[in-house]
Amino acid sequence: MIRYILRRLLLLIPTLLGVLTIVFFMVALSPGDPARVMLGERASPAQLETIRAELGLDRPLGEQYLNYIFRAVRLDFGRSIKTGRPVMQEIRELFPATVELALVAMVIATSLGILIGVLSAVKQNTWLDYTSMVGALTGVSMPVFWLGLVLIMIFSVGLGWFPTGGRIEVRLFFEPITRLFLIDGLIVWIRDGDSAYLQSAIRHIVLPAIALGTIPIAIIARTTRSSMLETLRQDYVRTARSAGIPEKRVIFRYALKNALLPVITVIGVQFGLLLAGAILTETIFAWPGIGRWIYTAISARDYPAVQAGVAVVSTVFVLINLIVDILYSVVNPKIRLQ
Amino acid sequence: MKRITIFMLLLVLTAALAFAGSQQESEPEAAAMSDGPQMGGVLVFARSGDSVGLDPGRETDGESFYGSRQIFDTLVEFKPGTTEVQGALAESWNVSADGLEFTFNLRPGVKFHDGTPFNADAVAFSFERQMDESHPYYDHGPWKYFGGMGMGGIIDEVVVVNDLTVKFVLTAPEAPFIANLAMDFAAIVSPTAVALYDEEFPSNPVGTGPFKLVSWTKDDSIVLEANKDYWGEGPYLDRLILRVIPDATARYLALKAGEVDLIDFPSAEDLELMAADPNIELIQQAGLNVGYIAMNLDKEPFGDVRVRQAMNYAINREEIIEGVYGSAGQVAKNPIPPTIWSYNDDIEPYPFDPDKARELLAEAGFPNGFSTDLWAMPVARPYNPNARRIAEIVQAQLADIGVEIEIVSYDWGTYLDKTDVGEHSMAMLGWTGDNGDPDNFIYLLLSADSAVPPAMNISFWRNEEFTNLTLEAKRVYDQDARAKLYEQAQVIFHEEAPWVPIAHSVVTVPVLNTVHGFVIYPTGSRVFQRVWIDQ
Amino acid sequence: MSTVEQTSAVEQHREPTPFQEKWIRLLRNKGAVVGMGVILLFIVLAIFAPLIAPHDPLEQNISIRKSPPFTESHFLGTDELGRDMLSRLIYGARLSMTIGILSVGISMIGGVAIGVVSGYFGGWLDRIVMRFIDIMLAFPYVLLTIVIVAVLGPSLTNAMIAIDISQLPRYVRLVRASVLAEKESDYVLAERSIGTSDLELMFGSILPNSLAPVIVQATLGVGEAILSSAALSFLGLGAQPPTPEWGLMIASSREFVTSAWWIVTLPGLATLLSVLGFNLFGDGLRDVLDPRLKE
Repeated sequence: MIRYILRRLLLLIPTLLGVLTIVFFMVALSPGDPARVMLGERASPAQLETIRAELGLDRPLGEQYLNYIFRAVRLDFGRSIKTGRPVMQEIRELFPATVELALVAMVIATSLGILIGVLSAVKQNTWLDYTSMVGALTGVSMPVFWLGLVLIMIFSVGLGWFPTGGRIEVRLFFEPITRLFLIDGLIVWIRDGDSAYLQSAIRHIVLPAIALGTIPIAIIARTTRSSMLETLRQDYVRTARSAGIPEKRVIFRYALKNALLPVITVIGVQFGLLLAGAILTETIFAWPGIGRWIYTAISARDYPAVQAGVAVVSTVFVLINLIVDILYSVVNPKIRLQ
Repeated sequence: MKRITIFMLLLVLTAALAFAGSQQESEPEAAAMSDGPQMGGVLVFARSGDSVGLDPGRETDGESFYGSRQIFDTLVEFKPGTTEVQGALAESWNVSADGLEFTFNLRPGVKFHDGTPFNADAVAFSFERQMDESHPYYDHGPWKYFGGMGMGGIIDEVVVVNDLTVKFVLTAPEAPFIANLAMDFAAIVSPTAVALYDEEFPSNPVGTGPFKLVSWTKDDSIVLEANKDYWGEGPYLDRLILRVIPDATARYLALKAGEVDLIDFPSAEDLELMAADPNIELIQQAGLNVGYIAMNLDKEPFGDVRVRQAMNYAINREEIIEGVYGSAGQVAKNPIPPTIWSYNDDIEPYPFDPDKARELLAEAGFPNGFSTDLWAMPVARPYNPNARRIAEIVQAQLADIGVEIEIVSYDWGTYLDKTDVGEHSMAMLGWTGDNGDPDNFIYLLLSADSAVPPAMNISFWRNEEFTNLTLEAKRVYDQDARAKLYEQAQVIFHEEAPWVPIAHSVVTVPVLNTVHGFVIYPTGSRVFQRVWIDQ
Repeated sequence: MSTVEQTSAVEQHREPTPFQEKWIRLLRNKGAVVGMGVILLFIVLAIFAPLIAPHDPLEQNISIRKSPPFTESHFLGTDELGRDMLSRLIYGARLSMTIGILSVGISMIGGVAIGVVSGYFGGWLDRIVMRFIDIMLAFPYVLLTIVIVAVLGPSLTNAMIAIDISQLPRYVRLVRASVLAEKESDYVLAERSIGTSDLELMFGSILPNSLAPVIVQATLGVGEAILSSAALSFLGLGAQPPTPEWGLMIASSREFVTSAWWIVTLPGLATLLSVLGFNLFGDGLRDVLDPRLKE
């Protein structure tokens, strides 16, 4: 087991180096000039040159690359061209927002998805099953950015229930503790008895979390259903049933426990995708997270920020997938043999 | 650098006029409100993007200045709502007979937010860090605006005469120098704080301004609190929050819900709804800007004046205003906005007349039209809120006279790079004035001197008569005489038609009606020291 | 499964070809039939757009901008420049169908070729290819497409290239896995012993037997490609105005959530429906062609 994990971890190194390399060259080869973006309509050639020199953009590409790799392995991606602040610091400030959003979306998706999946499997071939499965397929087919707009149109513009964007009501002067606002709000509530922060944080996260969670809900529901159907056909379930154990107990104690194994894998993979794929949702809901930040960095040709952002997100993505694989192999040793 | 030098010359002349009237100590502010401002409260200002940094010397973008303007003061400042200059951190100043030495008497008893005193050393520090390569904090730059205004070549040295007197020695007489000192890049920073925070100063700014920075959440909000020891009027608010809401309609919805008190760049689509809302007041001022389509004379067939005129006849500006600007724009006929002196109102705009356009095209040898490209900026600018949509409208209008348009767009940096060297046939661009002088538009954007790549004159229109008029207007000091020259230049511009002028936008700031005392500054600053809200 | 037993019973009567047999099973799958219907509908709209659309999708009439549905001849209303929504949606089908099918076609062909060669020859070639594929899979899909378009510059063609590149690895993996399995099978070994060439073996014998999962994946991939190109256009990285591309239409509708619901909702519904069609069909196809793949 340990050897398997070690081997997977070792294989991670060339993959991540490859990621760093590809990011560097993609960014370096992209058209557009950060100096020009900084100066806007009123740039003089002399100024452009000065700035290019200061950014090291006038050096040979090879030198820039080596410089970058040596610093990147120490997690130093330099300073943002735009803001002049260390990019890793900005990522540390913004990443929790994305993590929080993805976590809440996953909690919604997991609970709803498993519930729908189990119900459909148990009531296979009833209208409930058909509706849920058509619903799930619709969820998989959803343009998430559009769903976000429609949610805003209905719940913010029409009904006025939820705000259109942001993480918390700014007038509350919230001082982050963990930067996960729901947890921070909970801490404040317990500590000071003031629930306003928590309420505001919840009101802000509802719509984006629903939008972001739609696809995972659908995928988890589909996986749960088919895995559950498979399990229900197994001998031990039949045995349990024929032994006169109540149906509910059979389903939830015996079948579900085993059926959840592939579901867990799906949940892990989806979580990784959400962390990286929140760009559109964050854009629609003005959620100050890492996706929107990377996207603006790309438009501004803020090289260090793009490099660091993509590298960090990809690393987290790969790590989550690795953890999922390892967990899976722990519970299902057959995998390791392959 | 050449165009900047010339630009500076122009500025000198204009500023001379501006500061002739305002040499003395600033007059006490007349309290604007009849029943007097109320103290306290929190104001939330929703804007479209985050500040890049809050060191006003380092940044060039409006969003950064929105933040730094609250935290820092300058030696002199623009009077609210005007481009006139008055004293701020400097109580008064005088100029030596040869025009080379400006001596400023500084306001006593002013303290930075960190408690250190404001004095002549701080003034010298704030400028030297931007101009002296051996200064320990010079590498905090690049000092883009300072460089862009050519200040390095203007200031010879900054001399500390005594604690409250500072002398700027110039390399040559420079009348707009005073106006330049009112701009954001000339803010005075706390030397102690710069040393303390070093490279992190842009996120830990310390000045003498009406508000102090409390916290900054990237891409979300900047929280400022009142500087209780402020030397000038106000601040009346306890706290001021600058909140980022990128989408214009989302900003309006937040205003409507009372989540914010004042919003920037409203969408034209929402203006009607806002005007009808009894809780919302629209504060408007004609903008100091122009949005235009430049035709590249170096590309066929725009070398022919008939073709350029045909474009002017074929493009229906009213329709563009209706479809894109809404009530936030007015049709342009001249290269300068009507708010600037010397605006030639006698010029008859080209009417919308597709038949006339077809006729001119036929005369020029294009009876069946031709194909060309139109470049549209990827970003919203104050003078053009939606270039791509304008491009779509123009495309349809020109199709009517047989001119087929391909719409071209790049990311903003590339766009500027390529239009600068004239890769486009037709391109949209615009300009927001820095100081309210016609020269800042007419010479800078249309003279032959500016048509050298990287060009500001992206029509590459090189008209000798026009250019001579603008050069002469730089050398004359009398405003009436200058106005005549510019009016004449506008006539030539109209006949030669290197642009299709599109619109001047009207800057609109929607506020809740509990907000009072907010004034739009022509230079684009957002100033909150005199703003108060009903308690 | 019960279907398997049934077919063996049918065989004794008329012996349908394997293709016929699969086709019949597909037609019994309600989801697949509905999906096929939706796809056909959009393909017809795409091909005959000029005949079906009531107006020119680019024709502006600013005086009737933002007219609600059922205004005169505009059944679905007009957009911010007074263009007919219905006609724009119909022409949008053209773009989305083309992009979806074309980009999946390209990445499928590329992926299959790489996968077959890599799996068949194995060794260092295979190791290099797989390492590279691993690296590509390390980039989250959305991020990869965005970064690629940023490099290439925003346009519909470049968006398509980005989608191609991002979808490529999955085909390589899929095909390689089945090639590895087939390579050692009896029939391949037999053919090899009678001197069949590598090329013939790869593309003549092994590939056809490995194609089922690829076809299923490709059908589902079309839906995903339509979504991705809409998303890229939404971010301003794909289609450029005035192209009636659905994602672009959604993007420019953002400022109308307060004033014109039809401009916001209709292009999204069109996208959703077309993607749903491909997903329904793909799901059905999977049940028929490749029961193993069923999760």
